[in-house]
Amino acid sequence: MKLPPFGYEAPKTTSEAVELLAEYLDQASVLAGGKSLVPLLALRLARPAVLIDINGIRELSGVSVTDGQAVIGAMTREYAAEESHAVADTVPLLAAALPLIGHEAIRSRGTIGGSLAHADPAAELPAVARALDAEFVVRGQSGERVIPAAEWFEGYLTTSRRPDELLVQVRFPTAQPGTGVSFQEVARRQGDFAIVGLAVSLSLSDGAISDARLAFAGMSDVPVRATEAEDLLAGERPSAELFDEAARRATEGIDPPADLHGSSEYRKKVGAATVRRGLRAAADNAQERQ
Amino acid sequence: MDITLRVNGTTRTGSPEARKTLADFLRDDLNLTGTHVGCEHGVCGACTVVLDGRPVRSCLILAVQAAGSEVTTIEGLAPDGVLGTLQQAMWDSHSFQCGFCTPGFVMQATTFLRAHPDADEQQIRAALSGNICRCTGYQSIIDGVLLAAERARLG
Repeated sequence: MKLPPFGYEAPKTTSEAVELLAEYLDQASVLAGGKSLVPLLALRLARPAVLIDINGIRELSGVSVTDGQAVIGAMTREYAAEESHAVADTVPLLAAALPLIGHEAIRSRGTIGGSLAHADPAAELPAVARALDAEFVVRGQSGERVIPAAEWFEGYLTTSRRPDELLVQVRFPTAQPGTGVSFQEVARRQGDFAIVGLAVSLSLSDGAISDARLAFAGMSDVPVRATEAEDLLAGERPSAELFDEAARRATEGIDPPADLHGSSEYRKKVGAATVRRGLRAAADNAQERQ
Repeated sequence: MDITLRVNGTTRTGSPEARKTLADFLRDDLNLTGTHVGCEHGVCGACTVVLDGRPVRSCLILAVQAAGSEVTTIEGLAPDGVLGTLQQAMWDSHSFQCGFCTPGFVMQATTFLRAHPDADEQQIRAALSGNICRCTGYQSIIDGVLLAAERARLG
């Protein structure tokens, strides 16, 4: 359908945007890449009175690497992050996930901050952020807050951002040497939302796993860490038996949603398979990167 | 809102409502009806145009957001009525049937081949995965893009 009428504001600076948010609060929606918000408008699932378009705010775009963190501006487009050498070198898990987001024409406009603020639990970036314990920097009129990924995702399409706050940047920890990554995704068609997605980061030290991080997409109303599997893996040497057991533990305690793409039981089986594949791929990748 | 943008190499102006998409602005205000509107929520790819060198869904961009940008639509590919390499290869391969999805596929494939002239079939299939065709079963479309890539390589 055609979009419903709305007021339109296009601030040029972050402080102008924050002022507008303070004025309109939950009557406003922030328009970044528009890959989720515009369909929601067209389908009448969202009816904001005002759109605050942040595409004109240059200071919100870009990638910089400092002090063990890759700092990504909220308006950085997905294609730009995908083509960024800094992202590929310092946050390989993010680089692995980016090409799986939608299609090329979607990534032309879609943004890192937009996807994470929309917080679709079946999307790739929330799983990456949760796996790596990314930090979310939001700005309101009273200043900035830094929110850890574990507290950012509160529910389906719901984050801990307050209506008067703008997500301005996301900080990802840079990967240590010996860290291997993999993003596994099962979807009906390339570019579709994941039926099940899995972000894996595995660090090896002297042949043993020193750090294991697994986060599922599509298995709950938020991206979820497989903590029992992570605890099992820590300190062990990679093996097929170990990865089988990790797959069992990662999926035994969860109750994934059912929809026309797959039953809950199917998602659990696919989830276990992605854990086995993802751990194997991440372990191989870690050896290459040592 | 008054806007000025470049469309197919020509400066154009307009005063669209904020809620008007770039697709509707191109069709209704500029009379460039080659850009087709299918699903109107970013799923089918029929409305794909090139915005500042990148393929985009023109139904997911507001016309006011395209102010100051360079837009290329299907009309911009053969301004003198002479088909380009890709269009001719698709013609020769009988790539399309009803034609509704055609402009979206052609715009997507044009930008993809420009960036990846040596793409293989698998890469082409991935690049076109966001465009839906309900007639052909896709094989003839892929054949057309492969033929275009081959002809471009042979010069």
